[in-house]
Amino acid sequence: MISDKTTLWIVIILLAAGTFAIRYSFLGLLGRRSLPEWALRHLRYVGVAVLPGLVAPLVVWPAATGGTPDAARMAAALVALAVGMWRRSVIASVIAGMGMLYAVEYLS
Amino acid sequence: MSGSNPKSAYWAGFRSGSPFVLVVGPFALLFGVVATNAGLDLVETMTMTVLVIAGASQFTALSLMQEHAPTFIVLATALAVNLRLAMYSAAMVPHLGRAPRWLRMLTAYLLLDQVFAVAITRYEERPDMSMGEKIAYFLGAASPIVPLWYLFSWVGAVAGKAIPPQYALDFAVPITFIALVAPMLRSLPHVAAALVSVIAALALAGLPFDMGLIVAALLAMMTGAQVERLIARRSRGDA
Repeated sequence: MISDKTTLWIVIILLAAGTFAIRYSFLGLLGRRSLPEWALRHLRYVGVAVLPGLVAPLVVWPAATGGTPDAARMAAALVALAVGMWRRSVIASVIAGMGMLYAVEYLS
Repeated sequence: MSGSNPKSAYWAGFRSGSPFVLVVGPFALLFGVVATNAGLDLVETMTMTVLVIAGASQFTALSLMQEHAPTFIVLATALAVNLRLAMYSAAMVPHLGRAPRWLRMLTAYLLLDQVFAVAITRYEERPDMSMGEKIAYFLGAASPIVPLWYLFSWVGAVAGKAIPPQYALDFAVPITFIALVAPMLRSLPHVAAALVSVIAALALAGLPFDMGLIVAALLAMMTGAQVERLIARRSRGDA
């Protein structure tokens, strides 16, 4: 339980301000300048550079099992990835992944 | 074709953003439930979710506060999780950088993973879009997602403690991120970047402050850019 409300409000306000500053950083400061070609070439890969790294530890060491690798979650992740690449559809990917997770948990 | 003026671009964005309500809704619901169980009241939960509007960092902050981590560590870690947003901000500069300040502030506030993924995909597919169309498309994509984020955080906070753990909602978060990435893996440089990101993030997971993720992302971006250059050079050589 979080009982120290002063600390909580400090975290809420500073996290909000800091997060906005991060989001506004380049849009705000560099707004009227154009970026060089090498920078654009790197930025094309921002999405595939950040999100897989964010998700990999969550899949391999899931919080729900206390960080122990879990076959059901691993299978669900692979199914979500395969269906997402095959169908090019976010929803199909989520339904397939969560469906796989429920199926394996139900059967085991 | 749709997207030929700001109004149709807005609705094209709205349609592209709409499927994400099915993933953002449960994610927001989960945050409301987790925050309530962590001891936050309705005002605290909603203030956090509306002002921060970055789910992964909100979960990070809550879990560290529950472990009574020092405030500095809570903030540094939660903001490190959000550093990826700086890269999204940079990626938006060629497209939205010349918009008026208030529009740049508005789009910065609305720069969520899902909105970014939808917008950048469209901008790359259609380089001929005008800036007005790009802004309209962006706001259209955010329109179904952001109100749902607020609403379902509130539903989660109110309905709170009734969701049993066997629904495995914990895993809705990673599955959402995977579903966002999979359709982006459309060329060899993209696949190479994603592989490096995964391997490096796992190898560097022990680094403090989530710096492992930032380093992994930088390595992955460099990989994508290098592979792209090698392929371009080879195809020029063959021609």
